[in-house]
Amino acid sequence: MGEHSTNVSDATFDEQVGLADRPVLVDFWAEWCGPCKMVAPILDEIAAEKGEALRVVKLNVDDNVKTAQRYEVMSIPTLILFKDGQPQARLVGARSKSALLAEIEPHL
Amino acid sequence: MSDHDVIILGSGPAGLTAAIYTARADLAPLVLEGEPSSTSDQPGGQLMLTTEVENFPGFVEGVMGPELMANFRAQAARFGAEYVTVKATRVELGRSPIEIWTGDPDAAEPDYRTKALIVATGARSLMLGVPGEDRLLGHGVSTCATCDGFFFRGQPIAVVGGGDSALEEAIFLSKFASSVLIVHRRKELRASKIMQDRALANPKISFLWNSVVEELLGEERLRAMRVRDVVTGAVSDVPLDGCFVAIGHAPNTALFNGKLDLDDAGYIVTHAGTRTSADGVFACGDVQDHDYRQAITAAGSGCMAALDVEHYLEAARHGGHVPA
Repeated sequence: MGEHSTNVSDATFDEQVGLADRPVLVDFWAEWCGPCKMVAPILDEIAAEKGEALRVVKLNVDDNVKTAQRYEVMSIPTLILFKDGQPQARLVGARSKSALLAEIEPHL
Repeated sequence: MSDHDVIILGSGPAGLTAAIYTARADLAPLVLEGEPSSTSDQPGGQLMLTTEVENFPGFVEGVMGPELMANFRAQAARFGAEYVTVKATRVELGRSPIEIWTGDPDAAEPDYRTKALIVATGARSLMLGVPGEDRLLGHGVSTCATCDGFFFRGQPIAVVGGGDSALEEAIFLSKFASSVLIVHRRKELRASKIMQDRALANPKISFLWNSVVEELLGEERLRAMRVRDVVTGAVSDVPLDGCFVAIGHAPNTALFNGKLDLDDAGYIVTHAGTRTSADGVFACGDVQDHDYRQAITAAGSGCMAALDVEHYLEAARHGGHVPA
């Protein structure tokens, strides 16, 4: 994944996502997931376009089982949009950029 | 709007082989490769959701499906093929040039025009279409074993289907799950002998024969599957945490309804090689094949479509109409 998304982990999740001062889109992904790789460049574009309005981060479910379980992620890619530390929207499965934006934008 | 000699819809083995051949013939193909999805209908095609491909010739030790498709793509790019990550939303055939929309299908102007069109939109996985399936998708119900198998470590799961892809998924999932139940509506499998032998020898895999899924149960997440024995009519609930669906495929031909001759199952009808019922439109791969459906046969028919297009454009350049 590109420069616009930071890695978060079990250790940093609460600080980076829970206490963030703007909406955060978390990409739950893993190395072995083909559809995750298709979504990654789209998320880079969205991160670049949204600038200050949205932060995009990724969480590797292989290395961070605790957070994945906490949010009951059972299929990847799963994208969860957090606002004030609370999940606002949940998108399961890869989709096109326009479809992603259509589901995220109402929450921004 | 842009004008082209050849546009290829789809980027699985058929579309990308057609791209390699038309690119090498200096036709500068444009590939509309599709859009990301998790339901086997995405750039790279169905192999993007598989792991090890053991029967593609030339790979002694096998090759990962996504890696194979990345190679196909790069090989076509090396000869000048170009890609756009979009899906066609409308086509107008039976005119020259052929017109293609990728944005608003009601727009007055098409996004692309082309002299020849190769349709390689492939097939997508069928879903069960039973109550609970939509609600529990991503909450225990999955269309992608390679994506989601990891989340079922130590849990009981089921795979629905009896073909090669069902058994391949079951064997893959047995690495994670505590048990894998294969639910099949008949008493024997359609899968190849080698896959059957592997599944039957796998201690984690068991079979539920003559059974169809009636409903998927669970509120927040999948808890059980309601199955009916098609011989006795008996209905029972099988507790499980995961359900993977591998019951077959349907061709992606909605775009061509009423515009190309399709057979009863929706596949594009081809004749004289890869020609379709519309002038300048050629079809290859799973979108026109309900018999073989292999990466290698898709690639082979992609090559045929490319050669047919070359011949078609050559004849058109000399002012002749090309008889089908």
